[in-house]
Amino acid sequence: MGSLLFNVFALFTLIAAVGVVVNKNAVNAAMFLLLSLVGMAGLFVLLDAPLLAFVLLLVYAGAVVALFLFIIMLLDLKAENRRVVAPTALAGGVLVIFGFSGSLFKILQGFAPGKSLFPPLPTTVEDVKRVGMLLFQEYNLPLQIMATLLLVATVGVIVLSKRELR
Amino acid sequence: MSLNDYLLVSGLLFAIGFTGVLVRRNLIVIYMCLELMLNAANLALVSFSRFRVAPDGMPDYHGQILVFFIITVAAAEVAVGLAIIVALYRARQTTQVTEINRMQY
Repeated sequence: MGSLLFNVFALFTLIAAVGVVVNKNAVNAAMFLLLSLVGMAGLFVLLDAPLLAFVLLLVYAGAVVALFLFIIMLLDLKAENRRVVAPTALAGGVLVIFGFSGSLFKILQGFAPGKSLFPPLPTTVEDVKRVGMLLFQEYNLPLQIMATLLLVATVGVIVLSKRELR
Repeated sequence: MSLNDYLLVSGLLFAIGFTGVLVRRNLIVIYMCLELMLNAANLALVSFSRFRVAPDGMPDYHGQILVFFIITVAAAEVAVGLAIIVALYRARQTTQVTEINRMQY
């Protein structure tokens, strides 16, 4: 059961990711990104991290993809659809994907601990409680730095979006 | 499923995203491919977190905290990056990287 679900979600994620890369239309690429993120959330659930799956869906599928679509429609990129890919870029891309996958296979072949199954969990996961406790106790300072980062990003976006930059 | 299966998916996703960054010309699509690469790193972190079981039998949640922070930073990064793209589009009327080849406007 778990193996079947893993295969389905992994294939879903990877095929949607390929769709992001090969799609000529930016709107379709954003939709494939959304599908890829949904598959990724499924993988997170299979890894017993339902909280992160939910956060991923809320933040990425809810906010980031919507922002992408908003900007694509704001800029109206329809006229730029019919560009051909440069042969050097295509050769580089193929080289990267094959070289990277080949070395990945080789490394994972030699990575013995990863071949064992995941250890079973004794009880149900209470990851909201655990993550919350860690976040507000051990990682309190990084959390506040992250909050400051979000504030800075908000102000920065407002400054960047003003009509004339000085 | 074993850890290697998840790491393989993560690595392939990273490779696909990297290829997209190299091949595509549209700045917005390049940004989407960057998001794919970030998510590949997230998947690897979550699978390692599930694999390394703490003494009390629960997954190691430090990795999940890191994923939480990565998601936050990625959201801020997308907001700022898209604002820069919009500002660039106002100045140049294009988002193709081949046509943006001067530092000074």
